[in-house]
Amino acid sequence: MMTTSTKWPCVAAIGVGLAAALLVPQMAETHTLLNATIYTSLAIYALSMALIWGYGGILCFGQAAFFGLGAYAYAVAGINFGDSTFALPAAVLVPALFAAVLGYFVFYGRLTDVYFSVITLTVTLILYKLANSTAGEAYRIGEARLGGFNGMPDTPPLNLPFDPAQPLTPAQGFAVTIAALVACYVLCKWILSTPYGRAIVAVRENEVRAELLGHDARFIKLTVFVIGAAIAGLSGMLFATSVFVSPTVFSLANAAQVLIWVVVGGIGTLVGPILACGLLQALSAYLGKIGFIDPAVMLGLVLIGSVLLAPKGLLPMACGGFTQAKRRLRNARSAGLERSHAS
Amino acid sequence: MSEPMLLRCTDVGVRFGGVKALDGVNFQLRKGELRCLIGPNGAGKTTFFKCLTGTQRPTSGRVEFRGHDLAGKQRHAIARAGVGIKTQVPNLFDGLSARENVWLGLRGLEKPERARATDRALERVGITGLATRVVGELAHGQRQLVELAMVIARGPELVLLDEPAAGMTREEVERLARVVLEIAREHAVVVVEHDMQFIRMLGGHVTVMHQGRVLAEDTLEQILRNQTVRDVYLGRSNEA
Amino acid sequence: MELLALTLLQVLNSIAGLALVSFGLAVIFGMMRVINLAHGEFIMLGGFATVFAHGMGVNIWIAMLVISPLAVGALGLVVERLIIRHLYGRMIDTMLATWGLSLLLIGLATTFFGNRVMGVSAPLGSFALGAYSVSWYEQVILIIVCLLYAAGYALLRFTRWGLMARATMQLPEMAASLGVARTRVFATTFTVGAALSGLAGGLLAPLAGVVPTMGAAYVAKAFITVITGGASVVVGSGISATLLSVVGTGATYLANPVIGDVALLAAAIVLLRLLPTGITGRIFKGYP
Repeated sequence: MMTTSTKWPCVAAIGVGLAAALLVPQMAETHTLLNATIYTSLAIYALSMALIWGYGGILCFGQAAFFGLGAYAYAVAGINFGDSTFALPAAVLVPALFAAVLGYFVFYGRLTDVYFSVITLTVTLILYKLANSTAGEAYRIGEARLGGFNGMPDTPPLNLPFDPAQPLTPAQGFAVTIAALVACYVLCKWILSTPYGRAIVAVRENEVRAELLGHDARFIKLTVFVIGAAIAGLSGMLFATSVFVSPTVFSLANAAQVLIWVVVGGIGTLVGPILACGLLQALSAYLGKIGFIDPAVMLGLVLIGSVLLAPKGLLPMACGGFTQAKRRLRNARSAGLERSHAS
Repeated sequence: MSEPMLLRCTDVGVRFGGVKALDGVNFQLRKGELRCLIGPNGAGKTTFFKCLTGTQRPTSGRVEFRGHDLAGKQRHAIARAGVGIKTQVPNLFDGLSARENVWLGLRGLEKPERARATDRALERVGITGLATRVVGELAHGQRQLVELAMVIARGPELVLLDEPAAGMTREEVERLARVVLEIAREHAVVVVEHDMQFIRMLGGHVTVMHQGRVLAEDTLEQILRNQTVRDVYLGRSNEA
Repeated sequence: MELLALTLLQVLNSIAGLALVSFGLAVIFGMMRVINLAHGEFIMLGGFATVFAHGMGVNIWIAMLVISPLAVGALGLVVERLIIRHLYGRMIDTMLATWGLSLLLIGLATTFFGNRVMGVSAPLGSFALGAYSVSWYEQVILIIVCLLYAAGYALLRFTRWGLMARATMQLPEMAASLGVARTRVFATTFTVGAALSGLAGGLLAPLAGVVPTMGAAYVAKAFITVITGGASVVVGSGISATLLSVVGTGATYLANPVIGDVALLAAAIVLLRLLPTGITGRIFKGYP
């Protein structure tokens, strides 16, 4: 699983990306194009989680915090600078900085996985509460009103670099988002192919042993966490330009769905969660349209089912086999009972 | 001996609340020396081992390795200083192959050299045939050997082995003894063990610990003839 | 003078509220090391049980103190048998599965109960404290919570059942050889924990409205309280609920409720950094 070649998947990704960026706008109406842009931005969000959890073993229950910070930072910077070109670095740097501080506190404090999960959950909740409470004229950063629970009015759209008078067309917006997805994918693939990338996996597999071999696990986890936060921030920005910025970016639902995409898409793969994201988004939209079943019911069942039957991911399992899952369930139950309270 | 000591532990103590797990342990090791550390359960062997590996911070005393005090240093810093550690419960990267496991122990080396050192380590331990096997699927004895290869890959000056023979069959123990003796030709080794046969195969000096202190230190034959040691092991006396 | 008494009552009521919503979770986490992220939804369903039972004519006290715990307890038993028991020892997987359960329950509740906030009026009315009007009902909750914690402590410390429960929690294999059916203890514990969450939901129904998404407001605070409290079920959550509520109420008083919530959560993060195994991981270790 670790020695996957890097070159061909990256080439394929660039190829697919180019094709999509050129062909989809030709074939789809504006409405579908906008939806596709949103799905793609969420795919980048899924990618960030695939990196930090799927490869890094860092289970962050509050990745939505970085997604949301990216969105808000972009909107605030965009309104204040009047040009989305300057807002882009803000969308990436603000979440990264936040992650650096939070990560330092958690990883260098040697807090355990469980506490880390709880703390990250808490952080996104705090941000959600804070964002919700910023209604009214008094709450503004520079020129930008934060807008409280209704969200920020006038989230600026992306414009051509250094040319605020020219907002991007839906086709261009889609192309940029696809390009961002491909770029982040190639970046992650490249990172994972370096010795640092192997060390990331080593820390995930067995932190004690990685340290006994001289790898500083705290530093490795911190850097992976920061990179993941930057990618999530970028996805938040792209999401914001297609939809708009509101406190729901920090919501528990948003934090949950990225976890579900990785659980379904598979641990240890970058493509799996991206596919799962698209699949589950489409499924949710479909269910929402029918109105018969609440999408949350479907997501909940999928998450429960995946954890019980396919802990390594639904998509990988579908490629593997169904009987294996049943055997694993039986074995896991007896192993778990023996191991319980071994924490 | 005019040669400076590789490892010098002076008056190392560890207290947990009111309990003294280690009480003034003095321990010295020369470069390239092989030493076995034995003692009844609760003697403090594991606690002392943990002080050497950085898992436990001594509440008093110094642990000097090549002149630097290791006490309280981070685990990875100790490993980088040239100490190779094999834990009691094997700590391996179960999802990766044996070769990848060993490879990961060679951080900081250039690519070609890293590959060469990986192959050499696998060869020295005698597991070249297992290189591509996923470690999680290997038998216990094989996993212990993979861990050994990981530990020596970088050529650490000091190798610490915590019960390497645990859970192994007779043949595996003999094979392990040969590997450890081969390692001991180039590295200083401290082995914490219970298995007397294994210790006999290794030869070398033996340090006996009891109630948090060093009870005796000599060759194995002398230790076995030492009346105090026999009393402690047979439980006739609790005082040393 | 009245202001002081009023503030004191507010602090006590706030502590009682946090202690109440945390108790069910503390039992499950403290005894089984299971992280139940559907805890908020158990509370929510307890609230709905009270609202519907009362709507059908059941006396409000019976609805809150009997119907809600029984209903949610039954659900807890079903959940434990179907989902939780496959995941013992796998803490992260339990968190994920119960998060899935949480989504499922919210979705089902939204489908069947709709999105409107429902409620019941608080019984007992209010009394005057100087110029201020104070709710009797909130003080009754305070008393109920104190009784609940005292009963829990007494049960765990002084009864044979409590001893078996604590033994199973600490050394499952040993307890098994003493004739304790470990799976039975776990099923019972989870059911009791769920029932306590249902009770909390029922008791809180008159104070806050009941709506399918209300669980989110409780789960994080309950979690933080339980984990900051440490392994001791009663003493741990009791102490952390007190500490965190004091900080939260203080901050609310000085600023506003949002800052109050934020301060509470931030205080917990700081406490956890100082005491990574929770308060009762160091102080009052070993108490039930």
